[in-house]
Amino acid sequence: MQRETLQHLAEERRRYLAGFDHHLLVCAGLGCPGNEEIVAELNRIVKERDLADRVLVRRTGCMGLCALGPLVRAEPDTIVYQGVRSEDADEIITALGREPVARLLLPPDLPFFTRQSKRVLALCGRIDPDNFDDYLAAGGYTAVITALTAMRPAGVTRLIEGSGLRGRGGAGYPTGLKWATVAKAAGERKYLICNADEGDPGAFMDRAILEGTPHAVLEGMIIAAYAVGASSGYIYVRAEYPLAVQRLKRALREAERHNLLGHAICGAGFDLKLEIRLGAGAFVCGEETALIASVEGGRGLPRPRPPYPAERGLHGCPTLINNVETYANIPLIVTRGADWFAGAGTERSRGTKVFALSGKVRYTGLIEVDMGTTLGEIINDIGGGTPDGLALKAVQTGGPSGGCIPADLLDTPVTYEDLGAVGSIMGSGGMIVIDETTCMVDMVRYFMQFCMEESCGKCVPCRVGTVQIHRLLGKFCEHRATPADLETLETLCNLVRETSLCGLGQSAPNPVRSALRFFRQEFLDRMVQPADTPEHNS
Amino acid sequence: MPSTRTDNRSDDHQWTAVDRTMQRHDYRPEALIETLHTAQERYGFLESNTLRRIADRLGVAPSKVLGVATFYNHFRMQPAGEHTLAVCTGTACHVKGNDRILAWVKEHYALAPGETTPDKRLSLVEVRCVGACALAPVIITDGEIIGKKSFAESTTAIREWLDDAA
Amino acid sequence: MSITLTIDGRPVSGRTGETILQVAAENGIRIPTLCHLEGLSGHGSCRLCLVEVAGGGKLLPACVTPIREGMEVITRSERLDRHRRQIIELLLAERNHVCAVCMANGNCELQDLAMEFGVDHLAFPALYPLLPVDSSHARFVLDHNRCILCTRCVRVCAEIEGAHTWDVRNRGIRSLIVVDLDTPWGESTTCTGCGKCVAVCPTGALFEKGRSVGELRQHRPALVALVAGRSTEGA
Repeated sequence: MQRETLQHLAEERRRYLAGFDHHLLVCAGLGCPGNEEIVAELNRIVKERDLADRVLVRRTGCMGLCALGPLVRAEPDTIVYQGVRSEDADEIITALGREPVARLLLPPDLPFFTRQSKRVLALCGRIDPDNFDDYLAAGGYTAVITALTAMRPAGVTRLIEGSGLRGRGGAGYPTGLKWATVAKAAGERKYLICNADEGDPGAFMDRAILEGTPHAVLEGMIIAAYAVGASSGYIYVRAEYPLAVQRLKRALREAERHNLLGHAICGAGFDLKLEIRLGAGAFVCGEETALIASVEGGRGLPRPRPPYPAERGLHGCPTLINNVETYANIPLIVTRGADWFAGAGTERSRGTKVFALSGKVRYTGLIEVDMGTTLGEIINDIGGGTPDGLALKAVQTGGPSGGCIPADLLDTPVTYEDLGAVGSIMGSGGMIVIDETTCMVDMVRYFMQFCMEESCGKCVPCRVGTVQIHRLLGKFCEHRATPADLETLETLCNLVRETSLCGLGQSAPNPVRSALRFFRQEFLDRMVQPADTPEHNS
Repeated sequence: MPSTRTDNRSDDHQWTAVDRTMQRHDYRPEALIETLHTAQERYGFLESNTLRRIADRLGVAPSKVLGVATFYNHFRMQPAGEHTLAVCTGTACHVKGNDRILAWVKEHYALAPGETTPDKRLSLVEVRCVGACALAPVIITDGEIIGKKSFAESTTAIREWLDDAA
Repeated sequence: MSITLTIDGRPVSGRTGETILQVAAENGIRIPTLCHLEGLSGHGSCRLCLVEVAGGGKLLPACVTPIREGMEVITRSERLDRHRRQIIELLLAERNHVCAVCMANGNCELQDLAMEFGVDHLAFPALYPLLPVDSSHARFVLDHNRCILCTRCVRVCAEIEGAHTWDVRNRGIRSLIVVDLDTPWGESTTCTGCGKCVAVCPTGALFEKGRSVGELRQHRPALVALVAGRSTEGA
């Protein structure tokens, strides 16, 4: 793929798209079921009314406001319709260029749309993920050509280091530093892996990115492979995301067809082969070394670190592992520059972050905001606050490895440091709103059950400790716990956190610790004094 | 080590697909998980015979193949029922009350997650997050996602789906 | 290449590629272990050998952590020993470790460690899982009730004998050592009957038929020589 070819294809597609008076974009993500019927019906009516040369119906990725889906957007007037069914197709087409269909209309100034900062998600909901030329028309793959033909690998790494991008999978490790480590590592053969395991319940950012702009991820991977010297790579996708796998497979084929993957990419003497590997339902495989074990065809057992995957990873070779959202940021940084990237966010948490907002909030869905935006802004302004008039109790971030932040700390900015300071973590981006009807003890028991069932079983503290902690939490839920139980609970949390082999065990106690810190009374309320126990009184 | 390959003429067709997956990876041991995926797609579940053949072909120890097959949630060691109800127990779905749905299924169909009814009609599985959290609570009836329903609506939908399929 | 470091304040030295545990052992410093066996690949799963390393936040497993120049290692402290005691308690509570009726009574590494770390009661309730005994083999028995999932048997069979009869099935607390495709041991198509797994088992999970309570002997020094001699690690 040469620059001229790319420009030509992009220009052709742009011309084609501009040739229509109206576009009807239908969200074809997992969160909008029934979208296929809507597309079919719209196309049928367009054909029936002989409008095929004036109205173009396009499928797109997630538009974000899943709570009100299925969504259809009419351009160029940016009319967004909510709760669309195929029966509405007729009215929607009739309304083109006229008064929008009032009963389906979403207010255009909805803070959900106006307060976001879409960068990674900019094309999600704007292009057809299955149409390669759409991605080109929107500027796709220019970053690859720039990187491979106008930059040296070390220069690319320096650019990413300078941007301050931190891993979006949860750990927030400086991406450029990781790349530099892999690039420097000894060894002829190097690998890169995209961690698309997204195991946190409540997180669907990566799913939406893979379904909506798969090429952005591929583009990021190609640039990364070039920078670190990897010639072979895998995209490890969880088995629970069949639609994402399907879109990725197609995107890979298209990229290969256009010499963006394979041999002598873009004539730059750089080879890269990318393959999809399916997960099979194991949260622990989101952990880097467990993921590697799984790619090697084995049980997803984590390995002690050091050595780190950057030095000894897949098949003992230096391996770069990055998250989907991390890779999706790369083409933007290459095209727009490190300064542009750092223009959003804070000093130590630069750029934007995609969040999956769910739970007891009005506008559940997918959002992207500048790092540093407060939780309150996200939940109340963008998310529309809690429905049903119930009071917000807490917001849970970081999934089963994170913590619950109480309502009175909603002014906490969303940055790695600030979330850490209040006992939680950024995590991969799952954000769950909890209202006053949820019991925190039940909530943390739920998370501990998850960790217990997902524990790989290799190390003693996690395998057995999570079971013991879960049992204790059960006693609290049943109002049978004693003060000694509270002490044992805290001791066990300490043990599991400090001695577990991998991140799953190490962070399993986080929800409990966070709840004990901010909602301790709920635990105390569920305790009995020893004098009250039946055994004592019998 | 004696080879225990068994040839079963009637499922040659299915085995061809499994073999094709292994071939795509040059019959290397790292193909194991991809191969198990194909095997489950084709046979519906993973039985000893299938695992033995895969172990033989890939040159992987049988105990390792079993270890891998039983490590992951996705792989079934028993045949699934005619219909499968998957209840998502992700955080958002939990907060929206899916454990009540599981309790209801237990009461009305005597099924716990991972089990199949004695007449083989219905299997219940727990899924931990399909990533449709904005549609919580999510239940999946034979692959079709049903979301955003109240408890009453969800249970009605399940009953109708099973009766319709009868 | 020689590397200098300190262990418990003592300056010691070792070669590149050696682990903290190896260098400690060479200098007569004992670090408790359970899943480790010289000559087998490192597992790092029992977490008893965790040590503090100055400058790092996390505790590191001595059995698999390579030494680095200038490392300052602490192997014993109130915190570390408390962790070790609790890990032993978790193990004793996990399955059914009834010493009084066990073949390895008096000759068990778990029992020895429990005594060393002063475990005289359990702070956690025993889980009492219902676990089977496999006595189908002509010469040996597997009692899951005494198994601590250290995987020494898995590793010695795969790495030294080359038969790979054993592996682990399921995950988490439901993990179980398994023969072939969950075959009774006596019907295994891969087992060579060499007995190495029995020899390396730290508890009474694997034992020879014909042994009664307290009669199991492991011949540890001979075993270590055999395993270390056959393996290519540390060569």
